[in-house]
Order: sequence, then structure tokens, then C-alpha cells
Amino acid sequence: MFPASFDYAKATSVADAISILSSVDDAKLLAGGHSLLPLMKLRLASPSMIVDIGSLTDLSYIEDKGDYVAIGALTRHHDVQNSHLLKSAVPILPYVASKVGDPAVRHRGTIGGSISHGDGASDLPAAVLALDAKLVLTGLRGERVVPASEFFVGFLETVLGSDELLTEIRVPKFSGGWSFQKFNRRAQDWAIVGVVAVNNGHTRISLINMGPTPLRATAVEAALADGASIEVASGRASDGLDPPSDLNASSDYRRHLAEVLVKRALAEALG
Amino acid sequence: MQITTTVNGRSFTGEVEPRMLLVHFLRDVLGLTGTNVGCDTTSCGACTIHLNGESVKSCTVLAVQADGKELTTIEGMATEAGLHPIQKAFQENHGLQCGYCTPGMVMAAASFLKENSKPTEREVREALEGNLCRCTGYHNIVKSVLAAAVALEGVVQ
Repeated sequence: MFPASFDYAKATSVADAISILSSVDDAKLLAGGHSLLPLMKLRLASPSMIVDIGSLTDLSYIEDKGDYVAIGALTRHHDVQNSHLLKSAVPILPYVASKVGDPAVRHRGTIGGSISHGDGASDLPAAVLALDAKLVLTGLRGERVVPASEFFVGFLETVLGSDELLTEIRVPKFSGGWSFQKFNRRAQDWAIVGVVAVNNGHTRISLINMGPTPLRATAVEAALADGASIEVASGRASDGLDPPSDLNASSDYRRHLAEVLVKRALAEALG
Repeated sequence: MQITTTVNGRSFTGEVEPRMLLVHFLRDVLGLTGTNVGCDTTSCGACTIHLNGESVKSCTVLAVQADGKELTTIEGMATEAGLHPIQKAFQENHGLQCGYCTPGMVMAAASFLKENSKPTEREVREALEGNLCRCTGYHNIVKSVLAAAVALEGVVQ
């Protein structure tokens, strides 16, 4: 399967990428390509121009910034998975990265690409949501810092402007209890439903594949804050949500799965 | 778009269409047909090759993304001295049935064994999670990779 024809430009710097993005109507950024290329091969996406940022190696880094870790957007899942700094400062993140796709996918896919793609069925967007990460977006008018909670706005839709790229992910250090539950049929598949739970005094939970974007399980969080038991709180996992039906699972099945997985996640994160 | 890449130690410079997938570049332009196209959707791993020494699925990489990079395909594994120890382990342990997934399995295993030279069986199974064998011959594939790990001990890659 070939993608539809497109013009190709290899960006030499972040500024160069932004300049090209702002001069073409429907240009798309290409990093590892493991979200974009499958869509292009299926002709679900047919951008007129691809701006390849794969050679901007200065966007690949993991740095200790005191109370948070700064991760360059082009850092590959493989590098997140194996980072000693992240394993000690935010251990859930390398664990989640190690469950994305398979080893070959993790050699190409980038954390920035996964988050920018904004797929509600992907693991890392939900992880940065639960971790209250901040995302640095760089565009023609300079930089802005957006909390992950305000970044995902619709199905494969984020607040990224047409001339902006995600350059850095700032993840607060986190040493409390945590859990990542990913339920799928084959190891390399997307989660049919997934749950990220972190507990550091108060508990934050995010859900994977329970709606068009990664979502916080706000009803569960509120119940826990009111002193509800894990049993009771997890029963509210799909409150107010309308999970999709597809070949893998009906909407009702997803609701049930969300309750089961939230219960398991809370038992592990609060245990 | 002009690209320059090194494939199995040989340099290639030429024009490719930006939308050309790396696997088609290898097969149709360079004639290296050992790399198979299986699912064409990043699932099966039949097209696994090495890009700068690491396993990638070449159906989900554009040829232009390989510009300036080093590629190794299954054709680059054996030397004049004979089969690569991983290939030999697959042969000796009956690690293939129809053989279609084998080039991808060997390349995925080679990339993995560079990172983990003494894997457990479970680690081998996890390392091959992105490679499907539709003959379902996983038992002997895993056995082959474990045997290869032993054979490669002391062998500098």
C-alpha cells in the first residue's frame, strides 16, 4: 500500500519546520511515522506535504530539571523505556512506554509523535494526562506551555496550531504508588481498554479507549476523595462516558472492563 | 528526492519518490527480496530489517527516512564463512516451517540479542511479540533464539 503522493521536506531545525508548516495549508510533521504512515497508507490521511523532523536530534533528550523531567519530543519509546533517570524519577512512564506496540515499533515511535497524534486509544497520551505533565508547543509566535489536561480536545484533535509543534514534555517527578493496566488480545495491539493510576496523597486516573480522547476518570477520583472504597469507587469508572463499539468490544463490554481494570489499578496503586 | 544509504555494507545513492516505502526500495530498487511484505500494516514483522543496527518494520518507514542511515537486511547476515549463528540456530532447531516470517524473525532476534545477550525464554517471547508466524511455529522459533544466544556468547558481533 502506497500513501498518496506528497511533497517532502526535511527540516533542518525547529524554526525551519515551523516556517514550512506555516507556509503550506495541510502539511504534516513526520517524526518516527508510526502513527502517521499507517493512516497515510490506508488513505485516511493524505497531507499534501510531509515535513520530516526525524533528523532534529537536538529534540531527543531526557533531562533532570529538579522537580520535573524534561523529555524532548523526538525521544523514542525505546529510549523512554530504558532511561535510568525516568526509571527512578517517574517509573510508571518507562513502564507504559515498554508496553507500546512492539520492540521494532518502539525503535521508531516517539513520545512527541504519540502525544501529538492524540489518539484516545494510545497509552502515552493517557499516561501524561494522569501524570499532569506539561507540554511545550513551539510555533511562529514562540513557545507556550499547555497542561496535558487541556491538550486533547477531540478525536485525533489537539490544541496544536497549524504552525506549531510539540517540542518538550515536562513530567513531574512521581514516587507514589502507580499502576498501568492494559487489556488487549495480542501483545502488540492497542488497549481494548487501559487504565493509568497514580497515587501521591490524592489519586489521578486516566482511561484509554473509553472515548474520543484520553480521559480522566473524574467520577472515580471524586468518589475516592470522598472516602469511598476501591470497590465502590471503581464502579463509577464509566460514569458520564460513551465508549466506542468496534470489532474488539461493544460499548457495554468496555464499561464493564473499565470497572474491572480501575479496580485492579487502584488495588495496585493504593496497595 | 535523492538519498544515500548504506545497505549491507554497500553504499547506494539514487532518486526515490518520497512516498516509496523502505521495503519496496529494498525489494524493487535494490532487488533484495529476502525481506518479505506480510501484512503491510506494521503488525506481522515479516519486513523487519535493521536501521542503524536496530530492528524496524520496513513497511512503515519511508525510503527517504533512511537517507544517511545504515541498513542491514537478511542478505547481510551470512558471511563468506557461512550462515550467521542466528540463522544456523534456526536451521538446527527447525525454527521455521513455511519460512515466510523467518527473515523478520532472524532480524528481530539479532536486534534483541544485541541488547540482551542472556535472555530468558519469557524475554525471548516478549522480544518477538511484533513478529507473527502463521504456521504458529513459535515453540521452535523461541528455542532457536535461545540456542543462538548461547552460540553468540563469545562471538563478537
